[in-house]
Amino acid sequence: MIELKVNGASRKFDGDPDMPLLWYLRDLLELTGTKFGCGMGVCGSCTVHVNGAAQRSCVTSVKDVAGKDVTTIEGLDKNHAHPVQAAWQKANVAQCGYCQAGQIMQAAALLKQKPRPTDEDIDQAMAGNICRCGTYQRIRQAIHMAAGVKA
Amino acid sequence: MNRIDVVSRRGFLGTVFSAGAFVLGAQILPEDALADGTSGAPAWQPTVYLGLEPDGRVIITAHRSEMGTGIRTALPMVLADELDVDWKKVTIAQAIGDKKYGDQNTDGSTSIRSFYDIMRQSGATARLMLERAAAQQWGVPASQCKARDGQVTAGSHKASYGELAALAAKQPVPKKEELKYKTPAEFKYIGKGVPITDQPDIVAGKAVFGLDARVPGMVYASIEHAPVFGGTVRSVDDSEARKVRGVQRVERIAAFKPPYAFQPLGGVAVIADNTWAAMQGRKKLKVNWDLGANTAYDSTSYKKSLFETVRKPQKVARNVGDVDAEFAKGGTIHEAEYYAPMLSHAPMEPVNAVAEFKDGKVTAWAPTQNPQAVQDTVAQALGIKSQDVTCHVTLLGGGFGRKSKPDYVAEAALLSKQVGKPVQVVWSREDDIQFDFFHAVAAMYMKASVDAKGRPTAWLQRCAFPPIESQNDVTARYGGFEQGMGWSDVPFDIPHQRAENGPAEAHVRIGWLRSVANIYHAFAVQSFADELAAAANRDRVEYLLDLVGKPRTLDVQSIPPNTPGYALDTGRARKVIEAVADKSGWARKKSGPGHGYGLAFHRSFQTYVAAVVEVEIDSKGAVRIPRVDYAVDTGLVVHPDRVISQFEGAAVFGAGLALMGEITAQNGRIQQSNYHNYPVARINEAPREVHVHLMQNDAPPAGVGEPGVPPMAPALCNAIFAATGKRIRELPIKKTKLV
Ligand code: FES
Ligand code: FES
Repeated sequence: MIELKVNGASRKFDGDPDMPLLWYLRDLLELTGTKFGCGMGVCGSCTVHVNGAAQRSCVTSVKDVAGKDVTTIEGLDKNHAHPVQAAWQKANVAQCGYCQAGQIMQAAALLKQKPRPTDEDIDQAMAGNICRCGTYQRIRQAIHMAAGVKA
Repeated sequence: MNRIDVVSRRGFLGTVFSAGAFVLGAQILPEDALADGTSGAPAWQPTVYLGLEPDGRVIITAHRSEMGTGIRTALPMVLADELDVDWKKVTIAQAIGDKKYGDQNTDGSTSIRSFYDIMRQSGATARLMLERAAAQQWGVPASQCKARDGQVTAGSHKASYGELAALAAKQPVPKKEELKYKTPAEFKYIGKGVPITDQPDIVAGKAVFGLDARVPGMVYASIEHAPVFGGTVRSVDDSEARKVRGVQRVERIAAFKPPYAFQPLGGVAVIADNTWAAMQGRKKLKVNWDLGANTAYDSTSYKKSLFETVRKPQKVARNVGDVDAEFAKGGTIHEAEYYAPMLSHAPMEPVNAVAEFKDGKVTAWAPTQNPQAVQDTVAQALGIKSQDVTCHVTLLGGGFGRKSKPDYVAEAALLSKQVGKPVQVVWSREDDIQFDFFHAVAAMYMKASVDAKGRPTAWLQRCAFPPIESQNDVTARYGGFEQGMGWSDVPFDIPHQRAENGPAEAHVRIGWLRSVANIYHAFAVQSFADELAAAANRDRVEYLLDLVGKPRTLDVQSIPPNTPGYALDTGRARKVIEAVADKSGWARKKSGPGHGYGLAFHRSFQTYVAAVVEVEIDSKGAVRIPRVDYAVDTGLVVHPDRVISQFEGAAVFGAGLALMGEITAQNGRIQQSNYHNYPVARINEAPREVHVHLMQNDAPPAGVGEPGVPPMAPALCNAIFAATGKRIRELPIKKTKLV
């Protein structure tokens, strides 16, 4: 039995301990905001926070997060008004929107570490998150907008 | 010609509107049909539905699929503007797949082009009927009643649209001639935009994509397809797969019968309690394949054969004058060959679908560009009628053309029938890349003779690529509508021109990818034009304008996919070239070692686009793109922010493909499998700044989703030439060492 916290709620899991956190969230908890894009840690669609740090849930097994705190896009802010979410709406970032939960989680983690990131910081932190629709310019703009706004 | 009528509630089978609503339906009719629907008209099947509810809500159906263009917002917005209601009161109801909506295939950048008029007409019709209802209620002349901002007023009388809905529904439907449209100055939303309907749900993680569809009791399937296109199952040992925790059963799907069209490929499916278990079980399958007829497909030898084809005379797609006679005169001749590889769509959301088979009928939830093709494909696969297939359209996590081919929905439906439960089919990224409907590989040969100023006197172009028509015809070897995509419609003013197309056989599924054949055609034509300009040592803007020639109308309307009413106007071409030169500061920008500017022009989907790309090449040969400028004439702009965002995205998409996109086959197997070996542009590789300059123009609205892609590859390669002196004739760019 694995115990963990997801968006503040205690959860118990007695399935395959090797199951990636991604599928546990999506298929068992029906938290479908976290997306599947590649399954090998190279696209960032599945990004969640584990104890506050961005992590790819497709290559993180449930047993790896035993006793830890997992936050998904659904739990980033109870009113969905985290400064990053607000900036994303203001800049009309999303096209199809599929990658954006991962982008937002990655950006929120970046801003926690570096409240005023430079373009270089953004390149480094966000290079693992693919957007096939090509919204990068607005992602950069929205991160700068959210920078310095209290989360 | 459009037909607009009141829809009785019984006439609308859905549950979208309440019983007391005033519901208008609108349908596009063929040119020769009479407006009253009495003669030559097809059955009454409206495309657009508008409902005014007594409580004041306005419901507009969106019959097109949303994959990031904002179309689910933009079309209803046009109607709301003409109706004159507050956008906040508007609810958008996504239409299911149904012939009653007319054509729903969201493909070819056609949504605004095809439905702008009917949206406005519907809004104007409802507005007039509301005014007439008010006139009747108050006993005043209709001319004194003004419908504005959700209410009708006349002197001291005032009533909301909702209050008038019931009476409005009883008014005779006005003739087209009676309608009064808003003037552009009166537009509230058209040309300005409104917030995108789905943004709040997207940032909250609540937006429902296909992969997020959840149906009680559903199980998950992962499918092993033949590693070579056309392969079939000889035998399966699934004993280990069945032992995997969570695996329920293993099912076969029969192989397609040629031509492949949208049929499922066939294969072996592992059905499980969750996606992970299905994927794990699938890894344990031991399938013995008969690999079929395509095991010799090899990209290296195929490339050779394409070049052999284009070096010989081929079928003529367009002829002006006599290029052979002109070449025979001797003088200066230039020749060049270009190559563009096979590509995969790789939308962020791999294809997937949920289907439930029950009592001989299928209900599907799918990220699809074409829900009616879902109906037909599923019906054919299961031997049922199309009307017994209901397709709910979810949001699409990217489409780019892949999701108009619903093979994956038929897989889910077949499996649901076999296991007696709702099934979600989930393709892995590897499945998505390896079993795509690929963008065709193409080779192009170009030849020109030039005069003393370097201006072409004769121009010959030859291409070969496996055609999309191979979907439906196993003998297809020549391009069909691909010819009209930047090949037979090159807008240059050259006295002798010939475009040819040679045969090529398909060994994988071929499909259309964002802007289709325009990608390789524009690459060859606009690169070759730059080569000629370079040889003549002329300024690129001046040279391209010279090639395009005087403002005139070219007769390319008959070439599919060009549409009547959208003649190729070289005056508009000139204007975007001039505009992009102006906005990018072309005259002041000087290319030098490691830093260059490139220009390209291309018209596709009736939209004129010129692009200037700036590149920086570092000492290791890495390419950076600090800036892209686009000048775009797409006719009337309905939602500027979404038009701009489509071009921002197209710059990234087009640059990424040109820099690094390549799919290859060896022994019939696709060699790439995921984003690590089929890379797409990331934030640090994408153009840093994209500036989109929209021309002011009241011409009919044209396509927006695709036309930003074709000029990217040639403009980028032309910029690299300016920076390094290296001419890229083969994509992707990463194959050429730049220093
Ligand atoms: S799905 Fe996890 S990184 Fe792509
Ligand atoms: S918005 Fe479509 S993949 Fe990023």
